[in-house]
Amino acid sequence: MSAQTALMQQKAGRPGPDLNTQALHMDARRESLRLLALLSPSLLLVFAIIIVPIGWLFWLSLFDEAGALSAANYARFFEQASYIKTFITTFKVAFIVTGACVLLGYPLAYMLSQLPRRAASICLIFVILPFWTSVLVRTYAWLVILQRKGLINSWLIDLGVISQPLSLANNFSGVVIGMTHILLPFLVLPLYASMKTIDTDCLRAGMNLGAGPAATFRQIFFPLSLPGLASGVVIVFVLCLGFFVTPALMGGGKVIMWAMRMEQTTSLYSNWGAGAALGVVLLVVTLALLGLFQWLLGARATGVWSSR
Amino acid sequence: MSIAPSALPIGMRGIEKRFGSVAVLRDLNLDVEAGEFLTLLGPSGSGKTTLLMILAGFVRANAGSIRVGGDEIITTPPHKRNIGMVFQNYALFPHMNVFHNIAFPLKQRGVAAAETAERVEKALDLVKLQGLGERRVDQLSGGQRQRVALARAIVFEPRIVLMDEPLSALDKGLREHMQIELRALHRRLGMTTVYVTHDQREAITMSDRIAVMNAGRIEQLDKPETLYARPQTRFVAGFIGESNFIPVECRNGSVWYEDRRIHTAAPTPAAGRHLMVVRPEKLQLLANAEPASGVNVLEAKVSDIIYQGDSFVCYAALRDGRQLTLRDYCRSDVLAKMPAPGQPVSFGLDAQDTILVAAD
Repeated sequence: MSAQTALMQQKAGRPGPDLNTQALHMDARRESLRLLALLSPSLLLVFAIIIVPIGWLFWLSLFDEAGALSAANYARFFEQASYIKTFITTFKVAFIVTGACVLLGYPLAYMLSQLPRRAASICLIFVILPFWTSVLVRTYAWLVILQRKGLINSWLIDLGVISQPLSLANNFSGVVIGMTHILLPFLVLPLYASMKTIDTDCLRAGMNLGAGPAATFRQIFFPLSLPGLASGVVIVFVLCLGFFVTPALMGGGKVIMWAMRMEQTTSLYSNWGAGAALGVVLLVVTLALLGLFQWLLGARATGVWSSR
Repeated sequence: MSIAPSALPIGMRGIEKRFGSVAVLRDLNLDVEAGEFLTLLGPSGSGKTTLLMILAGFVRANAGSIRVGGDEIITTPPHKRNIGMVFQNYALFPHMNVFHNIAFPLKQRGVAAAETAERVEKALDLVKLQGLGERRVDQLSGGQRQRVALARAIVFEPRIVLMDEPLSALDKGLREHMQIELRALHRRLGMTTVYVTHDQREAITMSDRIAVMNAGRIEQLDKPETLYARPQTRFVAGFIGESNFIPVECRNGSVWYEDRRIHTAAPTPAAGRHLMVVRPEKLQLLANAEPASGVNVLEAKVSDIIYQGDSFVCYAALRDGRQLTLRDYCRSDVLAKMPAPGQPVSFGLDAQDTILVAAD
């Protein structure tokens, strides 16, 4: 009896090690449940518009035209040369366009980052402006400029630089020019943003310690801009892999990319299984590349620079 | 080990800097002696950081001359000035480890790998960071970053070292510790050092001489003790240490506060209105109204007394309502004389400690 009273007294009055633990634990649980409830609409939305369609795509790719379960859709990639050619073309275009975007975009982003604030924001508008115009409109505009009797060819002929018109559109170079123009802002914007965060005192420190302007750029500015460049490169490269409108219009039927192949397979031949398999392969290859990139970048950030 | 082979003096003449229509530095002249630790002290906007940037070569002056040793460097680009600098936020290179940060200036000068390793090791030793060469910059604490920045600024044996509020990002205890360490390092290496701060206590602790800057000009350039004991302007008296200002008048070769004659040790200044600078710790509580000769007496009424453990502060109002502050240690003889709030009190101020500055 007396022992029990003592225990009750201890529970009621004296602060022990588990004072209110139960209540606090319940409170924490309630809070996480409430947060989950708040999140659930968006989680459902993500599930409905991302997880379900991708799962369905994967499911579709496992059936042949007769509706039987088979690996025929995937086997086709290795058997038919045209698929392999499309695959190679897609990556060739992606590499060249990404390279062109880096060559054009890095100096542009560098210039923007060094301009005074007002001038930079005006120039930035010119970078962003094409974003607000339809891709279709811009692609047709390039066709007008690049075609056999377009602006460039007629100027060059008038100036006497060339006698025969260059074939700039309806071929590989047309695709590269058009896509580079459309994807350039995707490289410039993240790169510019990361260049703006580079501490000017770091550059000053570089000069103060005896590095001239070129050496400071090479040893300090450039390495510090690499993460921004990497994210721009990844965005451009991934967008290239799935690009449709520009290569379809500017390739003149000679440059078949992955997305065009998908469109043909599904709308022309109504072979949904084959089209789905194309989609799955593109998704897997893209994810694999991103993973590789992440790994390389991570290794670079932690390994190369900090080793002697 | 001595890192600075031969410290060089700096001579600045007629430095002018305007940003648009705003004059930041006006006809500034300053000589820094070889091996001296000189501090530019002033409130923000006084031009001290701009002057340092001009010295480092990051900001171009509109006019003026800077001579280091005998060489004019006003148009020399920063990377050829051979001046070490510690930045306010340290400006360590985040993509390099500690070793590469410190080796950077040596690499630019084409120092061989073996010698580089040896000199970086020595510099790390000097700033007490032995064995941390492989650390990434983001693995270091604030105090360690500070030391790396310092090591990087001195490893190439620069003629001059500049420091731009290098301790302002550290917490109080570490800051006071680093003040003493920087001072010791300067004594040991003897490089000409120009230090910028807005913290008067830091300036007094560390400097051989202090240049107090205000509105683009040097108000006074002196040793810390002279600056404190003999401020020449109201600004300097107010910026360094605590002061109460009492308006006085000079006429017929003597100084008057209302109808009371004020004794001063220094010669009486020109006739006109002046301010008497009264430091709280120079005032004494007088028990009776009969002071020793050469002590000025100020009669006031106690408004409040604040106990601070080792010391106390007595706030009192003069007859004209002006505030006077007295600070003293809690010794029994002082406590015995301690008045209560509302009581009249007599403060004594030795003629030796009576400072007059021009009323502006």
